[in-house]
Amino acid sequence: MAYSDKVLDHYENPRNVGSFDKNDPNVGTGMVGAPACGDVMKLQIKVSDTGMIEDAKFKTYGCGSAIASSSLVTEWLKGKTLDQASEIKNSAIAEELALPPVKIHCSVLAEDAIKAAVADLKSKKK
Amino acid sequence: MKVEKMTMPIYMDYSSTTPVDPRVAEKMIPFITEDFGNPASRSHPYGWTAEKAVEIARKEVAKLVNADPREIVWTSGATESNNLAIKGAGNFYSTKGKHIVTLATEHKAVIDAVREMERLGFTTTFLQPEPDGLVDIEKFKAALRPDTVLASVMMVNNEIGVIQDITALGNICREQNIIFHVDAAQATGKVEIDLEKLPVDLMSFSAHKTYGPKGIGALYVRRKPRIRIEAQMHGGGQERGMRSGTLATHQIVGMGEAFRIAREEMGEENARIKKMQHRLYEGLTEIDETYVNGDLEKRVPHNLNISFNYVEGESLVMAIKGIAVSSGSACTSASLEPSYVLRSLGRSDEMAHSSIRFSIGRFTKEEDIDYTIQLLKEKIGRLRELSPLWEMFQDGVDIDKVEWAAH
Repeated sequence: MAYSDKVLDHYENPRNVGSFDKNDPNVGTGMVGAPACGDVMKLQIKVSDTGMIEDAKFKTYGCGSAIASSSLVTEWLKGKTLDQASEIKNSAIAEELALPPVKIHCSVLAEDAIKAAVADLKSKKK
Repeated sequence: MKVEKMTMPIYMDYSSTTPVDPRVAEKMIPFITEDFGNPASRSHPYGWTAEKAVEIARKEVAKLVNADPREIVWTSGATESNNLAIKGAGNFYSTKGKHIVTLATEHKAVIDAVREMERLGFTTTFLQPEPDGLVDIEKFKAALRPDTVLASVMMVNNEIGVIQDITALGNICREQNIIFHVDAAQATGKVEIDLEKLPVDLMSFSAHKTYGPKGIGALYVRRKPRIRIEAQMHGGGQERGMRSGTLATHQIVGMGEAFRIAREEMGEENARIKKMQHRLYEGLTEIDETYVNGDLEKRVPHNLNISFNYVEGESLVMAIKGIAVSSGSACTSASLEPSYVLRSLGRSDEMAHSSIRFSIGRFTKEEDIDYTIQLLKEKIGRLRELSPLWEMFQDGVDIDKVEWAAH
């Protein structure tokens, strides 16, 4: 199947691959998906004391579209507040990457990963 | 070696189809342009020439499998042969019983033909093979019932290349008077087939898996003892009424020539391919966490099916664009479905997803093998750097014990 140029670009040159210490109080970790389904995304955000996302990293087990979706959101997350991050919609990801209908679930997973990372961080800050 | 600068990928997908051998193509051409007659035309030399060519080809096909040429029925390919065998024999002998036994790892052409028989009132048993891909003889025996009319087992599996013990299975069927059909689409030219000795009643063949053209195949129908089948294609009564339709002379000539070459060269060719398979196996298993799917010994030398754990199949296929291979992951389709063959062996979904079938053949070169090994080593490393599962594995986390939220 044909991938869009943007998917290929993120797949060939993924941005922000890596991990933060998940025990760091300023780090929120979201792990979504399941190996049996062929997709697992781990998304981590690091916030400053003012609550701004200053860095984001990901690791993804999945198809090219899943890798591209998570790579893309790490770029989008930087500089956003947690509330702004929570507003990122899968449709925006799918549109940016020109995902075909069978790959929409990859963008849904990326949105879920953001929500999970934000929730993890908020639970740490309580 | 410049990995990214390849124009056409190296062909490592011989199990899906093979190129037509140039010698085969050359032999076919006159039967498209000059000797275009209908082999069924009895009144002029156009027909006679075509008929003669068809009969020479029939002899060549028969010779490769040590059968009588009169036992060979031309079809459009192994899918049609499988359908003709299962529906044709199943229906013809349905007064004897209405139970069919087959394997869960058969090709879809067998599985779906057997499913169709269910619709016609048959009951069926789909046997799970052992984790090595081979069916347990005792389990096979136990699955047979007094009303079993037909058993169908493939000789060589298309995904994992394992060779079933056709002699043992056939003998059991003989003892119980059960028709035994064997799908040998992946076997011709790879394993020796002697139908004078093999207790097989019906056998399916394909040309394009053995360097012949697509669109032509054959069904072996035993004469002694005579096996009867109901025609599935009705019309002019060609092929003694078992398969009507004007014979595709050029295709048939191609299949005959392909099978002749296979008979004459398979000994030497398989030894060469075996060496390359070994080289590929040695190279790829240097990568951590790789698992060969299917028994390594009872296997054709052309196939190597390997799961690269913690790497997802589709992204892997994307990463190794320099080679043309098949993946056990069919997640490009709407339903995310890992290979049913690997699932039947008890492989987990994720292991099935991360499997690659390398299939090599007549035109594979040693340098292709070396390129493949280098490419895989590089790309698996890169994808594992991206993989949260690999990271967890490295940290000693048991991924099977993690509670994943299925989506």
